Amino acid sequence: MKCVRRFLFGCLTTLAFGSGGPAFAGGELFIYNWSDYTPTDLIQKFEKETGVKVTVDTYDSMETLLAKLKSGAKGYDITIVTSDFVPIFRDQGLIQKLNISQIPEAVNIEERFTKLPFDPGNEYTIPYDWGSTAFMINTKNVTETADSLKLLFDPPQSAKGKVGMFSSPGDVVALAELYLGLPFCQTDTANMKRVSELLEKQAPFVKTYASDGIIDRLASGETWIQQVWDGDAARARLNNKDLKFIFPKEGALGWTDNVAIPSGAAHLDNARLFIAFLLRPENSALVSNFTHYKSAIKGADKFYSDELKNAPELALPENTEIKFTPTCSGDAIKLTDRVWTRLRK
Amino acid sequence: MMLAPAQNLSQRQRRRALALVAPALLMIGVFMLVPMGIAMVYSFLTPDSFGGVAPPVTVESYIRFFFDRDLDDTLRFDPTYLQIFWRSIFQAVLTTLACIVIAVPFAWYMATRGETTRKILVLLVSIPFWTNMLVRTYCWVLLLRDEGLINMGLQAVGITQQPITFLYSDAAILIGLIYASLPFMILPVYGTLEKVDFRVVEAAFDLYASRISILRKVIFPLAMPGIAAGTLLVFIPTLGAFLQPDILGGGKKLMIGSLIQQQFTSSRDWAFGSALAVILMAAVLASLIWAALKRERMEQLG
Repeated sequence: MKCVRRFLFGCLTTLAFGSGGPAFAGGELFIYNWSDYTPTDLIQKFEKETGVKVTVDTYDSMETLLAKLKSGAKGYDITIVTSDFVPIFRDQGLIQKLNISQIPEAVNIEERFTKLPFDPGNEYTIPYDWGSTAFMINTKNVTETADSLKLLFDPPQSAKGKVGMFSSPGDVVALAELYLGLPFCQTDTANMKRVSELLEKQAPFVKTYASDGIIDRLASGETWIQQVWDGDAARARLNNKDLKFIFPKEGALGWTDNVAIPSGAAHLDNARLFIAFLLRPENSALVSNFTHYKSAIKGADKFYSDELKNAPELALPENTEIKFTPTCSGDAIKLTDRVWTRLRK
Repeated sequence: MMLAPAQNLSQRQRRRALALVAPALLMIGVFMLVPMGIAMVYSFLTPDSFGGVAPPVTVESYIRFFFDRDLDDTLRFDPTYLQIFWRSIFQAVLTTLACIVIAVPFAWYMATRGETTRKILVLLVSIPFWTNMLVRTYCWVLLLRDEGLINMGLQAVGITQQPITFLYSDAAILIGLIYASLPFMILPVYGTLEKVDFRVVEAAFDLYASRISILRKVIFPLAMPGIAAGTLLVFIPTLGAFLQPDILGGGKKLMIGSLIQQQFTSSRDWAFGSALAVILMAAVLASLIWAALKRERMEQLG
């Protein structure tokens, strides 16, 4: 989902940072990350502390990364994999085990990020940052109590034509599954029929299925009830104080970007050094301050910028469950496609 | 190919002709036939779960276009995809007709101006090409949305009190499509009319033809080759358009272009996407052949 936004807003330049600082460990480290996703101050700090010379290369989609690593490209020591793609990379043997037990800083990872279904026990990855998907309402026009996804999927008559949904079928269907209490990636046609009926009932209320321009539509009041990423919600609220991000009682969808070591990395020790470095809260906060997504490291919030500290969208209530979306099987994707096509036939 | 009868050409002349058409043949081969061939082959393979295709060979993608396969493997006729194709064809026909209605008088106006004005007008028509299509389509969002320029203007003048919702409708898609295609109709029609000897219109006047019959029996037939070329240039790309339905239609109704795009991206079913593209190509080809045959018959009769 983020690839879309990176593609629209991110720059596609390749950044290469110069070396600096005294040499302690020495050597080199090659990082392959999303474009516009690696903070310069983070790299400079790491270089200064360790004396390792860092080179950053960037990609614009998970598909690009997959294709590159599959083609046998060896040059990278660290890469970032989005949660739903981790099993693919692992099963294809493209990333290697971290030997996490030998990295003492691993205790800093917040507990719920140590048992995610795509990588329980952080065998292959550690979280880089994370975000959630739920919905936002315009409190001036929507006065109903907002604590459930019901408001989004079964909106009041007054909000007809004022509901906004994402354009990616995966995100829409996953949120509908969450509302109906179904496990993600349904392959059961009877259950998928319920999803289909829910979305078809919602359709007359929907103004647009679009994942771009959401901040704009929310701020200008074109949509009153809108499926949204937490980071975008925070930015929309800065433009319109009537907007409120809702943490539904059913839970919210979650994703993480994860640090992994590609198979055959040449500078394994430096890669481990970098992972240990990222697991320290003050360093992880540098990532969050730059990407505007939350850190999964305990204590990192103390080092957040004021903008991040004061955003209610990022202050997840204790009782709200974040459900991390897995990679769907081919059969589940096929069913999703049918629901999505029928919805818009 | 419209070469002179081969037996009349000497060996050398023939070789020279071949050398001259070689670049064009190469272009068509590399940029048209090869991708079409790939799409054709892919459409008969099985989709790989992470994009791409794999053996075995199957016609499943084509069956899926017409039928819904139930859990117990029985086939049930399913009009979903036909409905989407029908909507796209309908939009493309409307767009083409609207372009003809707007373009012919405009091209006539252009063709009847003086040398300098004509040059300026041609430049003005081609100015939109300087900006990316995506950007221009987004500009229509800015114009058409509830707080957009058009609604603000209407309210400022006092014609409307409440904003009219233009955006995310079939009408908005149509506006976007007509806007995008108009130059492709104007330029060929202008190109044809520019070469017309306007004394034939004067002659028609001298022979007491009414204005309507001059339009119908003189100007329109003269503009016909341009209209035919423009129709091809407008109708076919419009059929596969996905920018306007997604951006101006709000992604609420699928058209063939978006449907094919969806198969290659989120649905990761390249085989079905290829099959849809092949079916679209076959439909376009069939309608072109039908039009050509009909024209030939008309010419024989008339």
